[in-house]
Amino acid sequence: MSLSAIQPLMQVEALEKWYGQQLGCRNVNFELYPGEVLGIVGESGSGKSTLLNCLSAQMEPSAGSIRFDVREQGLRDLFSLSEAQRRVLMRSEWGFVHQNPRNGLRMRVSAGANVGERLMGLGARNYADIRQQSLTWLEKVEIDAARVDDLPIHFSGGMQQRVQIARNLVSQPRLVFMDEPTGGLDVSVQARLLDLLRSLVTDLGLSVIIVTHDLAVTRLLAHRLMVMRGGEVIEQGLTDQVLDDPQHPYTQLLVSSVLQP
Amino acid sequence: MYVAVKGGEQAIENAHQLLASDRRGDPSVSELDIKKIREQLFLAVDRVMMEGALYDPDLAALAIKQACGDLLEAIFLLRAYRTTLPRLVDSEPLETVEMQIDRRISAIYKDLPGGQVLGPTFDYTHRLLDFALAAETLSDPEPPATDDEELATSCMHAVTLLEQEGLIETPSRTQQDEVDDLTRQPLAFPASRSLRLQNLARADEGFLLSMAYSTQRGYGRNHPFVGEIRMGNVSINIVPEELGFEIDIGDIELTECEMVTQFQSSSEDGTAFTRGYGLVFGRSERKAMAMALADRALRAEELGEEVSAPAQDEEFMLYHSDNVAASGFVQHLKLPHYVDFQGELELLRRLREPADKSEDDLNE
Amino acid sequence: MNENTLTSEEGYNFAYLDEQTKRMIRRSLLKAVAIPGYQVPFSSREMPLPYGWGTGGIQVTASIIGRDDLLKVIDQGADDTTNAVSIRKFFARTAGVETTEETTSATLIQTRHRIPEKPLNENQILVYQVPIPEPLRWIEPRETESRKMHALREYGVMHVKLYEDITHYGEIATSYDYPVQVNGHYIMAPSPIPKFDNPKMHMNPALQLFGAGREQRIYAIPPFTEVISLDFEDYPFRIQQWKDSCALCGSKDSFLDEVVINDKGERLFICSDTHFCQERQKQGYRGDVPIPEGFGIKPGEKQ
Repeated sequence: MSLSAIQPLMQVEALEKWYGQQLGCRNVNFELYPGEVLGIVGESGSGKSTLLNCLSAQMEPSAGSIRFDVREQGLRDLFSLSEAQRRVLMRSEWGFVHQNPRNGLRMRVSAGANVGERLMGLGARNYADIRQQSLTWLEKVEIDAARVDDLPIHFSGGMQQRVQIARNLVSQPRLVFMDEPTGGLDVSVQARLLDLLRSLVTDLGLSVIIVTHDLAVTRLLAHRLMVMRGGEVIEQGLTDQVLDDPQHPYTQLLVSSVLQP
Repeated sequence: MYVAVKGGEQAIENAHQLLASDRRGDPSVSELDIKKIREQLFLAVDRVMMEGALYDPDLAALAIKQACGDLLEAIFLLRAYRTTLPRLVDSEPLETVEMQIDRRISAIYKDLPGGQVLGPTFDYTHRLLDFALAAETLSDPEPPATDDEELATSCMHAVTLLEQEGLIETPSRTQQDEVDDLTRQPLAFPASRSLRLQNLARADEGFLLSMAYSTQRGYGRNHPFVGEIRMGNVSINIVPEELGFEIDIGDIELTECEMVTQFQSSSEDGTAFTRGYGLVFGRSERKAMAMALADRALRAEELGEEVSAPAQDEEFMLYHSDNVAASGFVQHLKLPHYVDFQGELELLRRLREPADKSEDDLNE
Repeated sequence: MNENTLTSEEGYNFAYLDEQTKRMIRRSLLKAVAIPGYQVPFSSREMPLPYGWGTGGIQVTASIIGRDDLLKVIDQGADDTTNAVSIRKFFARTAGVETTEETTSATLIQTRHRIPEKPLNENQILVYQVPIPEPLRWIEPRETESRKMHALREYGVMHVKLYEDITHYGEIATSYDYPVQVNGHYIMAPSPIPKFDNPKMHMNPALQLFGAGREQRIYAIPPFTEVISLDFEDYPFRIQQWKDSCALCGSKDSFLDEVVINDKGERLFICSDTHFCQERQKQGYRGDVPIPEGFGIKPGEKQ
């Protein structure tokens, strides 16, 4: 009798994406376990965004497979599911935090409605309850309750990101994709947001795949790291190992160019 | 005084009579006759036929008279009439290469086989009002000087020259086996190219012109050149079941425009020019050109271009291009809406009541 | 040739449309009835009345009307508003059918923006004229996207709109074309009837058919189908009510038109459903509001 192994949440094998003749990414292999944060790091053009789009099923890969542990179904190849099934996944078990909050929020609808939308989509029909849950989540992302009826278009960038995060987390997803969530924010705002993300990840046991060009973000949030360049995976491993003892010259270059505080 | 759109029957009768009287105008002025409209206002007739989707110059002229010159109203008349006509047979594809050329120009070559034939055009006229035309009786104009050479037929398309060198995408890339029919199936998206072209052919000229103009100004630019514009008669052939072979049942006049646009690399053709296509009844050249630009803009997604401009937005273009639908819906606002408005009044009045409304005041 | 080709108007088929087209529309109607609330695309024909003026309703009526039908046509609840007159005349000309203003005896009722006050029975068909069939249109302008949302019941966004209304106005701020959920699945736009009429659609013994000509969609509510107006548990759907009653017949439960009678802004309220009001007056009911001098209508007079 053996101990049953913990099932990976996501399993990626030999993933490849081409745009006509142009390489998006290839040779991507990894497993992600519940509660883990995987950072995908690289400069622009490295293929990290392409990879994220494939992993989050927004783009179909040219080759290889992406398997996700679908609730009550086990590991399923994402592209063997129907589009309908993928959409359900995106609304319930996944979250996606966009770099630009305008892509992840309804800017002209109140913060409360933004956060409550997934609940309403899942059948919530009591206004007071929905509003209360919105308030609870806005509090968790450290937004003043008084702003619940305000429109995100009147919020600062950092606050918009917080609303986006709350909007995703309200349905208790198991996996959250993040695309440069702190990009475009100034340094102190970034720091606060990262702290928030770190505590949410721990408190909620979230798995996260985060794409960034900023090594400091990965140092703070990611357990494991994948370095990309020109569509190839240059190096991957535990964050501390990769950052403290980089093997590949390119990684060494990246690490050494990070400004020391 | 209590007023509403009541006493409806009589009001409508009276309105019809007033319209008939207005249509006739000053009785001391001779009544318009259909032949004059057909012969001398032929560009209006051409437009009404195309957007009315029915090739019949006499009917179009009648519609223009009935509509008192309102071309959209005339187009509507023709479309409604079209609905009642039985569908007898589909013709064979028209061979525009066999066109009897009245006019043929190409902007991409200085000269080419078949020549540049200016034909009848406003293009190089000076837009000065010619008061001589206001005279009631004019002597007939001098017959135009023509070369002894016969006008070309079987004149190769300019774009074929590019095809021969492999420099332009080949039509096979954009052909379908089954051709859709806009008049027999509802518009659904994504729309096939045949459905799109049918929609564009009967589209409002003003709308297409504005959208085409927008692409030239940067809203979805594609670097267009006029590969060719040709105008003239083309024969219509059908294959009747009883005969089993093709017969020529007559000619229609058409204007065709091929735009040569931004080159691109593709796996089938390598790096090559792309193209846009326009085809209209009669001599509506401006419409044919606008249609070709719009066609090309709507191919943006197919060609892997970023879809960012209104002219590239398929749903936006194809839903709003039909002036019969547009006119109907815009003008329907004239119909009574007082029941819905009553609902709005009631709501607004209630929302504006002071915040501390008591239970008694609340509608229960 | 069958009897349907005998017509009142030279050269046109019975009820204007050719038999092929009617068959096509009837097939769409059958699909619609089989999937309550689902918008079935159909190839709309150009009619002699403009798009936006009822061509969808007209095509539905033309496809199902028979020589023995008794047709009623109303607009804003009234039989003699100009467009209702125009449409009724169209069918009289092209189908030669008998027409009526009596709600109960009509077998086929075509309507714009109202449901008759008198409850319908299972021998009747109500045909609604629809301008915008897609309830998600204002939230999602793309047809490709709204289709998917319906298929997958991704309707969260509809409740977001209602949530926002309550947040900003304290109540749901939609007074007509109020969205409903049909048979527990499809969310449907009932056409611009006032929300006052929504409850009449629920479990109605009559067959309800909806035609949108310009937008090329047909949908249906079969008899005795569940039709629920969207709301929140704690902000339930409510219909409009008036403090006044009808000045002519005294009705307190019908939809009332507001009529301004003079420059001082004095108002009277009168039943929008003209036939309903006349019936009540014939039975001796009267309003309890004095009708001022100079007002063009007296009780008992046909409006």
